[in-house]
This record gives sequence, structure tokens and C-alpha cells, in this order.
Amino acid sequence: MTDKKVSRVITGLLISGAALLSGCSGGVLDPKGQVGVDEKNLILIATGLMLLVVIPVIVMTLVFAWKYRASNSEAEYDPKWSHSGKIELVVWTIPIIIVVILGTITWATTHSLDPYQPLDHDSEPLQVEVVSLNWKWLFIYPEQNIATVNELVIPAHRQVAFKLTSESVMNSFFIPQLGSQIYTMAAMATRLHLIADEPGSYDGFSANYSGEGFSEMKFKTIAMADEQSFDDWVARVKEADAALTGSVYQQLTEPSEADPVAYYSSVKPGLFDDIVMKYMRHHGHTPLTDQGDMQPMPAMPAEHRHEMPAHDDAEFMHEAEE
Amino acid sequence: MFGKLTLDALPLHVPIVMGTLAVVAVLGLALVIAITKYGKWGYLWREWITSVDHKRLGVMYIILAQVMMLRGFADAIMMRTQLAVATNGAEGYLPPEHYDQIFTAHGVIMIIFMAMPFMIGLMNIVLPLQIGARDVAFPFLNNLSFWLAVAGALLVNISLAVGEFAKTGWVAYPPLSGINYSPGSGVDYYIWALQISGIGTTLTGVNFIATVLKMRAPGMKLMQMPIFTWACTWANILIVASFPILTGALAMLTLDRYLGFHFFTNDLGGNAMMYINLFWAWGHPEVYILVLPAFGIFSEVISTFSGKRLFGYTSMVVASGAISILGFIVWLHHFFTMGSSADVNAFFGVTTMIIAVPTGVKLFNWLFTMYKGRVQFKPPVLWTLGFMVTFTIGGMTGVLLSVPGADYVLHNSLFLIAHFHNTILGGAVFGYMAGFAYWFPKAMGYKLDEKWGKRAFWFWQIGFYVAFMPLYVLGFLGMTRRMNHTDNPDWNMWLYIACAGAFIIGLGVVSQLIQLYVSYRDREKNRDVTGDPWNGHTLEWSTMSPPQFYNFAKDPVVSDIDAFTDMKEKGTAYQRPEKYEPIHMPCNTGAGFIMGMLLTVFGFAFVWHIWWLVVITLLGTIATFIKRCYDTDVDYYVQPDEIENIENAHLAAVQSTLKA
Repeated sequence: MTDKKVSRVITGLLISGAALLSGCSGGVLDPKGQVGVDEKNLILIATGLMLLVVIPVIVMTLVFAWKYRASNSEAEYDPKWSHSGKIELVVWTIPIIIVVILGTITWATTHSLDPYQPLDHDSEPLQVEVVSLNWKWLFIYPEQNIATVNELVIPAHRQVAFKLTSESVMNSFFIPQLGSQIYTMAAMATRLHLIADEPGSYDGFSANYSGEGFSEMKFKTIAMADEQSFDDWVARVKEADAALTGSVYQQLTEPSEADPVAYYSSVKPGLFDDIVMKYMRHHGHTPLTDQGDMQPMPAMPAEHRHEMPAHDDAEFMHEAEE
Repeated sequence: MFGKLTLDALPLHVPIVMGTLAVVAVLGLALVIAITKYGKWGYLWREWITSVDHKRLGVMYIILAQVMMLRGFADAIMMRTQLAVATNGAEGYLPPEHYDQIFTAHGVIMIIFMAMPFMIGLMNIVLPLQIGARDVAFPFLNNLSFWLAVAGALLVNISLAVGEFAKTGWVAYPPLSGINYSPGSGVDYYIWALQISGIGTTLTGVNFIATVLKMRAPGMKLMQMPIFTWACTWANILIVASFPILTGALAMLTLDRYLGFHFFTNDLGGNAMMYINLFWAWGHPEVYILVLPAFGIFSEVISTFSGKRLFGYTSMVVASGAISILGFIVWLHHFFTMGSSADVNAFFGVTTMIIAVPTGVKLFNWLFTMYKGRVQFKPPVLWTLGFMVTFTIGGMTGVLLSVPGADYVLHNSLFLIAHFHNTILGGAVFGYMAGFAYWFPKAMGYKLDEKWGKRAFWFWQIGFYVAFMPLYVLGFLGMTRRMNHTDNPDWNMWLYIACAGAFIIGLGVVSQLIQLYVSYRDREKNRDVTGDPWNGHTLEWSTMSPPQFYNFAKDPVVSDIDAFTDMKEKGTAYQRPEKYEPIHMPCNTGAGFIMGMLLTVFGFAFVWHIWWLVVITLLGTIATFIKRCYDTDVDYYVQPDEIENIENAHLAAVQSTLKA
């Protein structure tokens, strides 16, 4: 088989592999939002770039081994040949060129895909606060003053600004078809921006092992067709019987698995910030229902991005007490 | 009296574990009876357990690695079958309680107690011979390191019978591994197994750095050291620089768990992110510690079996050094999704992909070593070629994961699992397999059976692709790691294929066991009479197989990288010196074994809070060490007439073979 044929076969295999993959729905190669689309393209470009070196190396390995096999006495044999400035120059230069190109792409996309930055989209972001609990997801909608467990409903075509923390151990909040994941960590808040460009139902789950109930720590993300249907859904949630008070939240912190979807018609004000702050209080044992005295926060380095609630949030919590 | 240890710690209600323990007990008993029947206890004690001979220690390291590979592989088979049955919402046969321990044990065992001992074992057998030394710089320390590794391995296996192993994943991230979320004995077993064996590894690093710096044969400059020795030297520098970080991180986790400290807890200013940073500041260099010696093995194998000098020796040394240094400034790529700024993530992404440059250079240099050579397709070469193809793919997926924008959707997915098996299995372990086949005659005196060696290779190679390529697909389909069961019809087919792949690899493992048996059975036929079965380039091939216990009757004088080839060409190989001098050798000692066993009990007592036993075993360990320090009867001289007899036999064998 000539080199050309070999590379043609490999290209064919790759194309059919890619076709097979994109035929399957629901993964990161089947994105339904801008972030996911950008990331899929990045994966394809980076892979294509690397194949420029990888395929020749694999082909050369097989060809050289075969051509210089011991039984082939016609091939040249030069046991002392062990240095060539020209070849050394080429083998250092080619990977360097590829890495320079890929490094440039990496620098640019890491900034454009920074999960902390709002998306370049002319919609007012929907604010959602996410709390990972053992082993379920709590979603708080501060603007709508509602909350859900294990179901995230958002309007399509509008970016969502997530603020995330954890009640207990570390998890990773991930909806593969929408794009980036981010860790949820106790006593810290991380941020993430996503958008759904198509209405639909997308799987979401924890992508960081968090103990016994981890496998069932999943939720559906439902992207509503338009703002109206989202508002209708909010109105329905507001009619729910349960409200997310401090004591109801306390019940949620009890470990449980495969919890059904739950709706809460209202949310205790400042709950998310309370959860972030609970470990930062004096000795960390103050129960949630007891607001207690706020201790001064430890000074954080300026570049530290796992932010504490802003000053006005803290004030808001005091107002809530009154 | 027994701390937290009660009868509840025995897994009487878990049939799989009890069955395993029964099998282990029967096999162990059979072994004890056999050793007693043939009266081999004294032999074992004098010749092996107390041995400070680097070659004997190397063999014991590799036996440890292979036993632990069987254990780790059994874990792998259980995980793959569980995931193949537990689809469409089915629960499978392993509940999370058990399954979570299995994947933690699989990771810890395969990295710390399979790959590390395998690598260190090969290094022990080969490195001193390659530099023309009679032993390592500190022979007793070498014996102690081995028994510390055994202590760690024993603790992991004891956890199967008494208590539990960690249910945290092999990284044991807090706060999950903290006392609040993991109150059981599992994380404590994890801590003490890693801590004790890790200290042994650090000592090994110190020992071998001292060895290559101080004990090279006359004339051997640093840039004339064999390439495997160079690769190991870089790995040892990494060991010395990174293992103390693990020791420190585990010590802090210990303080958190035992004394209520708050290094990594959620409350009181603890910060779990710090553990994650420290863990990977060790963990990333660790993968290069595993793979660099494997690169060295491939270099030796491809050059020897191409009948040619290694292409670009200097490039190879520089590339390994670059990989070692860069390996220290990339750890953050294990957690791009933690929320660091774009600048930080981009920096670590780019430093990571720069590693592809020296690694790529190495691949090209192996290619050009074959170029104009005479490549013999013996099993070590098959492993090397399999590696070159497989590792290239693993390297590519690694660079892809180093792009933060791609990692945001691939992190923690089965794509990542496929990637690191692609590099650690297809890179490091394939290398150890090649090295095992290559140096087996040197260590044991006879060659391995080639037919079964080739079968083992093909089962492993094909099984690898069948088992791990589906995991790349599953990663793209959004399946994350450490799931106990799944409920997504799109994933099922790939999970079944991966499971089949694991069984194909199983056939490879069985072939290797058969290979060992067949080779032993036919050992007279496969005997390596001259000590140089492959027409080798480096000094280890100038000794007998197995080598004289003093390695070299006279210090070899080196003037070329391929020192032994050089001697054979100049006609200075196999020359009888005018007279033999007495050789200064270290005595065997039981101190390392005693300390290792005391520390095993120490770890066990710490796990179960049996404080009196902790104190006794710790004091006993220190006392044993002090006693050894004041022991003046630690060396002896081999007399010239004994040397002459051994050397004459070797030279006669070489002469008769050369004539024939």
C-alpha cells in the first residue's frame, strides 16, 4: 500500500468516525448553544491541526519499521548513522510551529470562552443561583423569587448568568450540550455563562464525583421556546405549595438520592449568600435559621475570583432579618 | 484496647470480598506449605528478604508489581462488567458502597503499587549495571525502600479484609476525603499506604541520584551515560522534587482527620483548593516519573534491535530534561474548571502543550533510529512499535485536553479516562513490558518464550483499542467518570464494546502468565549462556546472565555512549585481567524488612486508632534503625580466587559460543 493510499484510508476512517459521532445526539459534539458550538469548533480545529503531525508519525512508524525489517537485505544499513543536523532541525521545528499556532488559538479562546464573562449577546442575562447538595441540585431564581430542585428551566435565546456554590463537597455543574462546566465549592461562589439557542430538553449532571449518590445527581435543563412560555412556567411555580424557607432548606441538606423535581413558590431572601457564608462565620457552626452576628470577612487577595457576596448583599441579608 | 477496630470491620456480608479472601487464603496457605515442605525459608531469608543486591531487589519489585497488576486488573474487570450490566437504569451487581472503593483501589494500585514498583524494579536491575557500578550508593537504603513499598501494598490489601478502602477516587479530594464526609477507615488506609510507600520512593530517588553522580565507571562522562540511565535520572530528580509535596499534603490531610485541623475543611478558613493544587503539584510530575524511564527503555530496545546507534542521543537527553522541567509548571491543567482567570488557564494550557515539542522530538528520534537499521520484530520491538502508534494518539488527545476551551466540556469525562490510559498504559506500561522482555534474560539467565510473548502483545494491543477507543466516544457523548450505573441508550453499545476490550486484555494477561510458565519449563533450551543475547550496546550485557553478584570483576573503562559495542569493536571485551583484586561488598541485613513490617502494623494501628500499638511500632522502627546505624559488621571482601572461578566460567562460556 502506498503512503497516499494509507493516508486516504485513515482520512476515510476519521470522517466516518466523526459522522458516527455527530449522528449520536446529546453529547458535546451536538451542541445547542453558542458556548457549546464554539467549543465543538475549537475541538475540531485543534484536532485537525494536530493530525497534520500525528498521521505522518504513525504512517512513518509503520513504513520505517517495515522497510528496514531485518529480513529486507535490500534496504540500506548504516549502523553508525546517528546524527543529522538537518533532520534534528526539522523535528524540533515542526512541533514548535504547530504548538505556536495552537498556543495562539488557546490564548485567544481561553479568553473568549472565559466562563466568568457575559456572552456577546444582546439579551439581558437571566440570573440563576445554583447550589449542589448531597446529592441533588438546587436552582434559585433571585429575580423571580422561586426555586426548583433537579430541574432547570430557562428561556431559549437568552443568556443565563449562573452563580454557583456547594453546600457540602465539590461537584461540577455540567450541561454538555450547552457547553462549559464549572466546579461548585463550599464557601465560594463561581460563575458561568451559558445560552440555549434552541428550545429543548438537555441532560445536566455533576461531572465531579461526590460520593455515594453521585450517579443519580442529574437534572433536566428545559429551554423554553420563548419568554412568554418561560413566564408562564414561573407563574406555575409561584403557585406551588411549598416555599423554600430556612428550615425547608435545612431538610434539603440531608443526604438523599434520585430526588424528584420540586418547585418552591418563594425563597428565603439572601439564601444563596447565606449558604456561601455559613462556613465563614465564627466557628462555622451557626445554623442557617439563626442569622447571628456577621463576622468580618477574612481579607481575600484581589485576584481571587472565588468571590464572597458583595457588600450590598450582606446588607440585604440584614434587611431580611428585620 | 483495639481502638475503633471491632468485628463489624470484617466484610462478612459482602460475598465477593469474602470469596476473594478465601481464594487468597488458600493460595497463601499453599505457598507457605510449599516453602516449608521444600525447606526454603532459610534460603528466602538469606538470599532474598535480607538481600541488599540491587538485582535481587529489582526482581522482588517486579514480582510485587505483577501481583498488584493482577489485583488492579481484577478491579478493572469488575468495573467494566458492572458498567456493561448496569445500563438503562439497572443497578448492576456492585452497589456504590463497593464500586466506589474499587475505582479508588484500581487507581491507587495501578499507579503506586503496579507502575511504580515495575519502573523502580527495572531501574534497580539495570541502572547500576549500565554505569558499571557494583551496587547502588546506599544498598541498605535500597532494601528499606523496597520493604516500605511492600508495607504500603500490604495496607491496601489489608483494607479489603478489615474495614474498607477509600471511596473518594484515587485523588482523595477534600472535603469529600475529610472526616465529615468520609468518617470510615478507608481514607486512613489510603493515607498511610501512600505515605509509607511514598517515603520509600523518595529514598529511592535520593539513592539513585547519588549512584549516577558518584558511582559511574571510570571514563563515563554524564553525557555518555546510557539513555535509559539518563531517563531514570530525570525521573529520580522528579521524584526527589515532587514526592515531598505528596508527603506534606497527606500529612496535612492526616492532621485534619485525626486532630481536627482545618487545612482543607470547608469551615474555619480551610481550603480544599489548596489540597488539589498540592496533589497535582506531585501528581503531574508523577506521570512523567512513570513515563520517562519507559521512554528510556524504548530508546534502548529500538537501538539494540535495529542493530544501530540511537539517533540524536543529545536531543533525547535534552528532551527528557525539558519534559521534566516543564512537567513541574503544568499542574493546574487538572482543574481548569475551578474558575481560575483566563490568563491563568491560558498560561497553564500553553505550558502543557509545549511538552508536546520535546515528546514529538523523541518520537522522531526513534523513527530515525530505525531508519537505515535492521529491525528485528522481537516482542520488545512489538511493544515499542505498538507504543509509538498508540502513544501518538494519546499525546494528541492530551494536547487537546490542554486547551482550556476544549477541557471545559471534556474534563472528568470518559474522554479523559481514555486519554490517560492511552498514555500511561500505551506509554509507561508498554515500556515496562518491553523492558521486561528485553532484560528478562539478564535478570533470570534465560530468555522469555517469543511465541507467547507475541500473543500477549497482540491481545494487549488489540484489547487496548477495543477497551479504550469507546471511552473517547463516550466522553464526547457526555458520559462522566466514576458513574456507578447509567441510563442512556446511546451509551450502551460503547460500554459493551469497552467491556469486551477489557476481556481481550485479560487474554493478554493470561498469555503472559503462560509465557512465564513455558519459559521456565524450557529454561535450559532458552538459556542465555554468554550474557549478551541481543548483541547489546551497553555494559549490562558484558556481565553474565544472571550477573555475578559483584557485577564487575574489574571496573570497566568507558570511552563511548555504547560502551559495550565499543569494547566489542576494539576487541577489549571479555578480556582476562592479569590478576583479580578483592571486591568490597555490603552484607545483607534484616533491618529493612523488620522496619517495613513494623511500619505496616504502625499504619494499621493508626487507621484503627490503636494508640499503644502506634507507639510501640514507631519506637520499634526507630530502634531498629538506630541499631542498624551502629552495626559495624556491614561489609566484607570477595576473595580473588572466588572471583577467578566465576570469571573463568563466564569467559569459557563466551569463548565456546563465539567459536561455535
